[in-house]
Amino acid sequence: MSDLTSAGAAIGGAPVAGDGPTTDAPGGSGKERSASLWADARRQLVRDPVFMIAFLYILVVGSMAAFPKLWTSQDPRNCDTARSRIAPSGEHPFGFDILGCDYYSHAIYGARPSMVIAIMATTAIVVFGGVLGLLAGYYGGWVDTIISRVMDIFFSLPFLLGAIVFLTVIKRQNVWTIAMVLFLLAWPTIARIIRGSVISSKDLDYVHAAKAVGARNGRIMFRHILPNAIAPMLVYATIVLGSFVAAEATLTFLGVGLQPPAQSWGIMISTHQVYFLEDPWLLLFPCGLLVGTVLSFILMGDALRDALDPKFR
Amino acid sequence: MSDLVLETRNLVKHFPLTRGIVFKKQYGAVRAVDGVNLELRRGETLGIVGESGCGKSTLARMLVGLEKPTSGDLFVQGKNMSKVGAEERRRGRRNIQLVMQDPYTSLNPRMTVGDIIGEPFEVHPDVVPKGQRRAKVQELLELVGLNPDHINRYPHQFSGGQRQRIGIARALALNPEIILCDEPVSALDVSIQAQVINLLEKLQNELGLSYIFIAHDLSVVRHIADRVAVMYLGKVVEIGTEDEIYESPTHPYTQALLSAVPVPDPKLRGLRDQIVLTGDVPSPANPPSGCRFRTRCWKAQDICAEQEPLLQIRDKSGHPSACHFAEVRDVVHATE
Amino acid sequence: MTDVNVKMDALAGVDPNALPLQVKNLQVEFRTRNGIAHAVNGVSFDLRAGETRAILGESGCGKSVTAQAIMGILDSPPGFVTGGEILYRGVDLLKLPESERRKVRANRIAMIFQDALSALNPVFTVGFQLAELFRKHRGMSRQDSKARAIELLDLVKIPAAKQRVNDYPHQFSGGMRQRVMIAMALALDPEVLIADEPTTALDVTVQAQIMALLAELQQERNMGLVLITHDMGVVADVADRISVMYAGRVIEEAGVDEIYASPAHPYTKGLLESIPRLDLKGQELSAIKGLPPALTNIPPGCAFNPRCRYAQEVCRKDPAPTLFQVSPSRTAACHFWKEVKGDE
Repeated sequence: MSDLTSAGAAIGGAPVAGDGPTTDAPGGSGKERSASLWADARRQLVRDPVFMIAFLYILVVGSMAAFPKLWTSQDPRNCDTARSRIAPSGEHPFGFDILGCDYYSHAIYGARPSMVIAIMATTAIVVFGGVLGLLAGYYGGWVDTIISRVMDIFFSLPFLLGAIVFLTVIKRQNVWTIAMVLFLLAWPTIARIIRGSVISSKDLDYVHAAKAVGARNGRIMFRHILPNAIAPMLVYATIVLGSFVAAEATLTFLGVGLQPPAQSWGIMISTHQVYFLEDPWLLLFPCGLLVGTVLSFILMGDALRDALDPKFR
Repeated sequence: MSDLVLETRNLVKHFPLTRGIVFKKQYGAVRAVDGVNLELRRGETLGIVGESGCGKSTLARMLVGLEKPTSGDLFVQGKNMSKVGAEERRRGRRNIQLVMQDPYTSLNPRMTVGDIIGEPFEVHPDVVPKGQRRAKVQELLELVGLNPDHINRYPHQFSGGQRQRIGIARALALNPEIILCDEPVSALDVSIQAQVINLLEKLQNELGLSYIFIAHDLSVVRHIADRVAVMYLGKVVEIGTEDEIYESPTHPYTQALLSAVPVPDPKLRGLRDQIVLTGDVPSPANPPSGCRFRTRCWKAQDICAEQEPLLQIRDKSGHPSACHFAEVRDVVHATE
Repeated sequence: MTDVNVKMDALAGVDPNALPLQVKNLQVEFRTRNGIAHAVNGVSFDLRAGETRAILGESGCGKSVTAQAIMGILDSPPGFVTGGEILYRGVDLLKLPESERRKVRANRIAMIFQDALSALNPVFTVGFQLAELFRKHRGMSRQDSKARAIELLDLVKIPAAKQRVNDYPHQFSGGMRQRVMIAMALALDPEVLIADEPTTALDVTVQAQIMALLAELQQERNMGLVLITHDMGVVADVADRISVMYAGRVIEEAGVDEIYASPAHPYTKGLLESIPRLDLKGQELSAIKGLPPALTNIPPGCAFNPRCRYAQEVCRKDPAPTLFQVSPSRTAACHFWKEVKGDE
């Protein structure tokens, strides 16, 4: 069987130059910087239509969150109960909500809290979970034992129940507290991913080679081990962004997340759930935006995983 | 004594076998290396042969500092590495560099060849001043027969033999005196093996290097080594010059090992004195008492179970052998 | 052998007087994203009963692909057999439907691999895996098949076979696992055994044990053996005839004595010269320069020409040299075989 794999290698990567002391420089350009894994991945992603559509969608949602004024001149707080639940029209593409506010501008402004919560919580778990995972995986022994047991404790908390209890107990439900709760309940997963990939890469030959040269722990961790963990971390972080957007909406829908008069997609859904049969668009617009965002993040994560996996090359 | 670049005295490595997670309890140990004495002189090549599980890789890892010895001493140029401070040990370690077996896993795929070969300079910044590092890396590439213009390429753009050259260039970066080659050609095709062996010999002549050459391919070791140590289950069972080991082996294990090597000459078929051993190598966690080879040895007597044979000169062959019944038996040549 | 070994699966058209295995002009290609790789470009050889045919070559030369094509276990896609014949006693296996072909596998032509651990199923005991063969192919009862399994483990000299039959593959050492795999391959009494680098992963003393066992079993059963290897020492020890492969072609075919005494192809010669030899101690080894071509990009003319010291203009032009008759019993695919062999 060995022959087949090596035949595959011979098929896949034709070596560039002859073996031996022959120095045949193609063009002899000393400055050429040839394709790295990241450059290859970028090229592959740009050619992937699914990734590009998802990426553009996220760009749109991101700009809605960052610069809502680009997308609407209406003020979502300019309400008039007389216009309650008026159907979509040319000037008001999403119509009016139950309070008679412009629904389109509400949807635009509603993107911000979802995105801010998702980005804050994801950044926090990547940094915190990443560092703990790296330490646990690299040093092993009692460091690993302590970190792993703490992770186990957090793992044992059911996500939704844990979030509801936390938010009910602290009673202050704003962007910060929700991001905090999501972070607290989700960091062990990413720490475990990093720990796993650190453990698998710390015994690689080239890590031993660096140690044999006399490299110190910091260098080995950041130069040789972490780069291997970044790809799975990036993939997971992308998918987690999507699930945090969904989690924010879920918590808000259940009444323990953001509260009116704050604006978010979750609030739009929870406020209008009862009108689905009469005016389905009140539910369909925010749900569509939400599902599109979550799906885009997940598809991006999938495409990233494929692009960053050297085995697919 | 100035000639002696490396010496080990009773080097031991036991890996503890433990039970339990919080309260660890040791219930045994894998005796990977169990008291090894070796000497390496300037410009010399010491071959270490043995089969999987004999401890040669663990020994190599101790010599380059990847593994801490359980006990025993390692002297590099007269300095006892276990007695000096961490800084001095790091500096001493510069003198022994490693060439690994698998050219596909020993190079970081995310680094360019220039970064890989130049990494030792970043770890030991005093060796080459910053501005000259790139030129030095290119010099090294040229030395191992690669195109210096390929400095910015990634490992996957090279063939196996070329990658092994990159590994050799990295080992040479710090101007070491000793290079430890751990199965440097066993992952390569036959036609490429010869190229790499030739390169290693050329470098030894040009730079006056001393090699420790670990391999399971006995004919390759014979070609390159001046002296050869044969290991079995964590111990050196026989040591001598290449001639002594191959022409007049006295330890039964060495004889069996040599006789098992197929000779690429069909005329010798059926004429060789082939010893086919029975059974498997025992577990190093529970080695046999006395002589460790006795469970597979056709000469074993009661004394072999009771008394461990020391590695010493026993008969007229003139080189040390760890067998109570050491006697020369020529197994390499055909018996008519 | 007892009567339980009567072949249950009859195969139409078998001529008992024909050779157990004949490969004629076999072509295999791999269709990959990077183009078509011609892994095997016209490989031919015969195998007589009781004969050992070595297929010698370096990684990527197509020797394992040839074996997989013979067994019909080629990964397809990307691998496709695009031409040639594989004859078992006169029956072209490539023309048989998959259901018929399955009867040939294990029953008549069996194979052992380099990595015994991954070739055995880790979740069943070796006894179960052996017994399953008899139940499936011979319709034997559970008890009888278990008894046969123990007999087989005895046959391949596994100590305490009665107890070990209930062990899982990972409980065996590397050499013992190789024995188990040999037992499985020989279970249905095949006429041809294909061994793909059977000892490459093993230590030399274990290799010697396995090769001795294979030789003994082969002689007992008058079985044809196709030995795929890169080890010229092993070949010299056991082979009767040799096919040397390079870049998907057989470039030299001869009896073992002839080829070692006077190779007629520069590649064979280069391989033999690159082995460290006693009389060359301290000298430079003679290495073949350069490296084998990528199979997607085989040079025109003779595939070996960029690395060959005999190469002339004619070698760089298509068509590639065909196999020249060097002597009645040997061929070599080199325009200059006479010079290489040292006849002139």
